[in-house]
Amino acid sequence: MQDLVPKEYKERNSLVINPVKTCQPIGAMYAALGVHGALPHSHGSQGCCSYHRMHLTKHFREPVVASSSSFTEGASVFGGRANLETALKNIFAVYDPQVVAINTTCLSETIGDDIGSIINGFDVPEGKTIIHASTPSYVGSHITGFSNMVKAMIKQLSEKNEEAKTNNKLNLIPGFVDPGDIREIKRILEAMDIDYILFPDQSDVLDTPLDGNYEMYPEGGVTIPELNDTGNSQATIALGEFASADSAFELEKKHDVKPYILKSPVGIKATDELLMQLMKLTGKEVPAKIEKERGQLVDIIADTHHQFHGKKVAVYGDPDIVISLTEFVLSLGMRPVHVLTGTPDNKFEETVTEMMSDADWEYNITAGGDLFQLHQWIKNDPVDLLLGNSYGKLVAGQEDIPLVRVGFPILDRSVHSYLPTIGYKGAILLVEKISGALLDRKDRDTDFELTEFVL
Amino acid sequence: MKNNNAGIEDVLDEVLQSYPAKSMKNRKEHMLIKDQKKGKHKIKANTRTIPGIITNRGCAYAGCRGVVLGPLKDVVQLVHGPIGCSYYAWGMRRHQGVAAEGGKNFINYTFSTDMQDSDVVFGGERKLKEAIKEAVEIFNPSTIMITATCPVGLIGDDINSIARQAEAEYGITVMAFNCEGYKGVSQSAGHHIANNEIMANLVGIEDKELDYKYPINLMGEYNIGGDAFEIERILEKIGYDIVASFSGNGTADQIKYSHEADLNLVQCHRSINYIAEMFEEKYGIPWLKVNFLGVDATIKALRNMAEYFDDPELKERTEKVIAEELAQIEGPLNRYKELFEGKTAFLFVGGSRAHHYQNVFKRIGIETVVAGYEFGHRDDYEGREVIPDIEMTADDRNIPELEVTKDDKKYNMRISKAKKEELQQKMPLDYYEGMIKEMEDGSIVIDDLNHHEHIKLTEALEPDIFCSGIKDKYTSHKMGIFSKQLHSYDYSGPYAGFKGHLQFAEDIAAGILNPSWSYINPPWKDNVELAGTIGGVR
Repeated sequence: MQDLVPKEYKERNSLVINPVKTCQPIGAMYAALGVHGALPHSHGSQGCCSYHRMHLTKHFREPVVASSSSFTEGASVFGGRANLETALKNIFAVYDPQVVAINTTCLSETIGDDIGSIINGFDVPEGKTIIHASTPSYVGSHITGFSNMVKAMIKQLSEKNEEAKTNNKLNLIPGFVDPGDIREIKRILEAMDIDYILFPDQSDVLDTPLDGNYEMYPEGGVTIPELNDTGNSQATIALGEFASADSAFELEKKHDVKPYILKSPVGIKATDELLMQLMKLTGKEVPAKIEKERGQLVDIIADTHHQFHGKKVAVYGDPDIVISLTEFVLSLGMRPVHVLTGTPDNKFEETVTEMMSDADWEYNITAGGDLFQLHQWIKNDPVDLLLGNSYGKLVAGQEDIPLVRVGFPILDRSVHSYLPTIGYKGAILLVEKISGALLDRKDRDTDFELTEFVL
Repeated sequence: MKNNNAGIEDVLDEVLQSYPAKSMKNRKEHMLIKDQKKGKHKIKANTRTIPGIITNRGCAYAGCRGVVLGPLKDVVQLVHGPIGCSYYAWGMRRHQGVAAEGGKNFINYTFSTDMQDSDVVFGGERKLKEAIKEAVEIFNPSTIMITATCPVGLIGDDINSIARQAEAEYGITVMAFNCEGYKGVSQSAGHHIANNEIMANLVGIEDKELDYKYPINLMGEYNIGGDAFEIERILEKIGYDIVASFSGNGTADQIKYSHEADLNLVQCHRSINYIAEMFEEKYGIPWLKVNFLGVDATIKALRNMAEYFDDPELKERTEKVIAEELAQIEGPLNRYKELFEGKTAFLFVGGSRAHHYQNVFKRIGIETVVAGYEFGHRDDYEGREVIPDIEMTADDRNIPELEVTKDDKKYNMRISKAKKEELQQKMPLDYYEGMIKEMEDGSIVIDDLNHHEHIKLTEALEPDIFCSGIKDKYTSHKMGIFSKQLHSYDYSGPYAGFKGHLQFAEDIAAGILNPSWSYINPPWKDNVELAGTIGGVR
């Protein structure tokens, strides 16, 4: 029930109600799972680690394994060095990972543990790697944490070979997306015959088959040699400014690998931009089969435009996907009227405002907002459709609005993590979902005597 | 079932082999094999998890805000801290609640001060005060509960005095819980902190004339998947009146006058025994350990309650309801028993459920071969008689003990000392026997099970069902073993009472009989016929 949300706005500066973001460490944990043989490690109270594992498990319906420094009150007072050292010893002895990826928490950040110096004093077993990212929960959001862990991979692992010889590869950072999206990006790159290093890569980690054997470290993930090699690549494409740009800039700073920051390729325009950039960088053509998929998408949109035209939409969730979704619904002829992310960053508002420059309707855009705010906006200016994560069902249910689930987290539906949202294929699937939601609603609301078969 | 104790000792030895010496010594004390001949069993519990060992445990905040306070419907649960802790406590525990006519229900909302770096540096008190003001202006709740997350204790925000000030300023109940995640060794610390604060500042702050014949409080029942709805239905059918629930489908407003009850029912001993004990001390109300999970345990609990109130009419009605309810489920339940006979279960859950569910499984033909608690104490394993022998650790001492004394105005000894002693011969009044006594010889008891032990024990014992939480559910599935979540019941419930038992049996059938398990091996793995030559390849 969300029957206590009033239509009338009251000043609210300190109270967050029903957030559209969570804290940094879960993003770091997710990023770390995209490294082959990695065990994410949470340096803090064990509750953080437990919550993050639970939440990722619920989204993917896959095992998510991570360890914790299990702070007690003593460690919180005297510092977490002893806990981390004990943890690392146990981890290598019992779980034998290739990599331990440590993230901090608000607890270890507040007491000021210096992870770098603790690790420097630790005797890392031969052939094993430890990386670490500072991810204070009181700064940014889970997207910031994801970005920080990916940046740590570059900062701590990327190298340039002595002869400064290129590996003829392209670095690609897909952003905070599902394994299904990563598979789609790889399919496109492979169709264009582009040699790439993609990181982090959660495909074959969080979408593994059921074959009767549990593998703690599944076959997927970017390898350490690949991460080392990123400094020798010819360019970096970062998909999603908020999740991926910092890492691309880090590679530029460290090894002069040129960064190209693109939107998360959700929808026709953003996917076009990715392909144009790939062509430009590699001199390779877009293969006929991919062009055909684009044509199919255009065909579908043209044939079904009447379902979308002028429909009012509220889009909420993580900044990169919300930006691209807003662009996509505009290209379907819909009207985004409320656009909101929980991640605080003014760049989001600037980007979306620019996208909306042709809009001749009233709209709201905010970064650092919450679901309560979105709900109040909708009470004052109703919409035909909600696009966002599972939590939106609270607003959808209260206001009787159809919801299409997209983004993170999706907890009350399944299979989403296997299918792409990005690329032309992803856009076709998204059109199918939006169309289905709108037409199910139309059918429900049509006098049954007047039911039609062709819509 | 591998009933040979020597064989099982080998299994445990193998589990321990992978640990470094110090960790091996530690973990060894957290596991045992039930052996009646040995007499008493002693297990190590409620001690620190070894850093780096992949535990299922959560933190004090989770036990306080998530478990004990979360189900209270009429409370604005204001989490003071960075956003994550509030976010993860939002709708994730499946504690359901339906507001009474005209009542407010805040269960589907989550509230946070969303602490930023400047708050950590300069203190978060101003922000907390402002957040309380905003919550009052928007929602006008009767109670606000402030819960502390890790940084709060470290930076020294005084949430207690802010709560007192707000209470005076707004004329509502405002409580503060110092349940920072680093306190204690698991969720259990948070239960204790929540119990103390509720007892000190909520129970008994209002009096109410109740025209109830058999007024009871339901304690340690959290309405996961609607369990409390089913328990309430049965109790009301018999003629009991529930004064307050701690805390499934409960309200803070009811807890305020919960001292008007004549008996406290304790479902989850671990999370609520502190309050139950203090009620007795302060108000003279005894507590009865009940278990509404499983028909046999439910019947026992209902009969004990009737015996406690000692009213022939109540006893008669109790038997009538038991007969009526049983008649509806006994046939199908017996058929499930035939279907499941010989199957085995591995339970790792909670601080009570690994015990409570053993009778549920037994009734449908499934034997429990391993059972353990995530955050239980020795008394939950061995029985309350060991409490005087439990050594206090530094972590225990960090949680203040609340001393309660007899409330001279409100104390009323519900039953005489002699009567109580008589009843204690027949029922667990003010007593919990723990998990181990009821278990079969040869079964394994394991505390704070971890990822490695889960896998090793599963490989060695090959149970048919693994019951735990979401974190190891899919690990079990990858191994081809159906896993049922007993913290959250996955997406189902209620499992309590009579009909609940049947629902549970149906869900177990759905899980272990699902055709997917038979498709794990592709047909070409054991029947290869590559005779064709189409395409020219030979």
